[in-house]
Amino acid sequence: MTYSQAVLSGDRLALTRLLTQVENNVPEGREALIELFPYTGKAHLIGVTGSPGTGKSSLVNQLALYYRKSHEKRVAIIAVDPSSPFTGGAVLGDRVRMRDLSGDTGVFIRSMATRGSLGGLAQSTANMAQVFDAAGYDVIIIETVGAGQSEVDVARLAHTTLVVEAPGLGDDIQAIKAGILEIADILVINKADRAGVENTERALKSMLDLAHPTEHVFQHHGQSMRTVAPVQDSFSAPMWIPPIQKTVATEGKGIAELAESIGRHVAHLTHSGDWSLREKNRLEVELDALIRETLVNQFMEEVSQQQYDDAVQRIIQRKISPWEAAKSLMNGRLK
Amino acid sequence: MTEKKIRVLVAKPGLDGHDRGAKVVARALRDAGMEVIYTGLRQTPEMIAEAALQEDVDVVGLSILSGAHMALTPRVMELLKTNGQEHVKVFIGGIVPDEDVQSLKAMGVAGVFGPGASTEDIIRDVRTAVTG
Ligand SMILES: Nc1nc2c(ncn2[C@@H]2O[C@H](COP(=O)(O)OP(=O)(O)OP(=O)(O)O)[C@@H](O)[C@H]2O)c(=O)[nH]1
Ligand SMILES: [Mg+2]
Repeated sequence: MTYSQAVLSGDRLALTRLLTQVENNVPEGREALIELFPYTGKAHLIGVTGSPGTGKSSLVNQLALYYRKSHEKRVAIIAVDPSSPFTGGAVLGDRVRMRDLSGDTGVFIRSMATRGSLGGLAQSTANMAQVFDAAGYDVIIIETVGAGQSEVDVARLAHTTLVVEAPGLGDDIQAIKAGILEIADILVINKADRAGVENTERALKSMLDLAHPTEHVFQHHGQSMRTVAPVQDSFSAPMWIPPIQKTVATEGKGIAELAESIGRHVAHLTHSGDWSLREKNRLEVELDALIRETLVNQFMEEVSQQQYDDAVQRIIQRKISPWEAAKSLMNGRLK
Repeated sequence: MTEKKIRVLVAKPGLDGHDRGAKVVARALRDAGMEVIYTGLRQTPEMIAEAALQEDVDVVGLSILSGAHMALTPRVMELLKTNGQEHVKVFIGGIVPDEDVQSLKAMGVAGVFGPGASTEDIIRDVRTAVTG
């Protein structure tokens, strides 16, 4: 018996246990995911990423409050923090900023450490999101620290990705460096109560213009004129240009506008067909990863460590090439 | 693949001011390879039990300096039980008189650490309590 039936009937203890099984990738978790899969595909996944300390958790807190109050949506939050590469341990502190959500059974917050497995983070986050989705959470918010490839992978999982900036963080060139702007559906300048907001906004705007050269601003007799070229993609729907939203998460300012912006993005995804396209891409990536994992496991079962080590030795001695070694280990299945 | 990670909730109930001690313990447990969920100051027993449930922790560590341990601890343990988490091991850190240590242990508290406790002792006791 897995936890899937109990999770579907709203049992929170079963939900939390299943999240652990899924995170640890144990067979019971895998089994439950199979049973729950038909009930998934309804939730809106929102990714929230950005440099450390920009106010992501405070923002998630406010967004969740907003969705609870204005739309009565059930909200799940997956808050990811890095594991120490040396000890494997982690201090997960995002809940500190989410105390307003305490006492509301319509909200479920789960902290998660990256556990440093290559590509594994994206997969276990996707699986945990599936569990919340099946459990009937309407909105699933995933907070990650924008630093590396794994965060980009996690963002790819979301329908809508918010990239959070704050004034005065090395003047925002960091965003391009990390290539993180490319994954943004909405740019948030949080801490808009701080000095330097205009600079941050200007920097982001010019970066956006470079990335999306569809909006032209003319200086004409000293007046700023703006034309938006209606670029059509293959679905003949207008392109989405990431809006910039200013917020003060600690005071709840700009949250309604941000939520509205998120709503417009959902409408855009639906009308343009991008929602199903993203869904397709995501499921394809998942399927590919599983196929690869299965093939590798099969290979490990068929080929002994001894055979493998022998092959390595022969490669080092230049007796055979890596290509030939792979071919013979694969029993001629490599064409 | 990996052995199951020990997950610990470190909470600071009550109204007393700072959480330096709790943070030191949180970092020590992290350095011992555990995943520590840190919830911050002024947590009510309800908030603590709810976080313990959502995070599916193995251990709850309560840092109590206000002397309110005899009021707060039974409440937290009762709520854990209501939620079906009686398996969660509860540790207390703070200044606790000897006779209270006895009653806390009788209540099912797994360990009490005074200001003199070393982080090595804390790590060892937490690990033994979880893995047996
Ligand atoms: N002035 C100001 N401070 C803010 C605002 N939003 C958050 N902060 C503060 O910024 C600090 C970091 O906030 P968090 O919400 O923890 O930021 P984070 O991005 O989640 O941090 P990490 O998860 O550690 O990367 C806290 O001290 C917040 O109180 C804001 O809009 N204005
Ligand atoms: Mg955070």
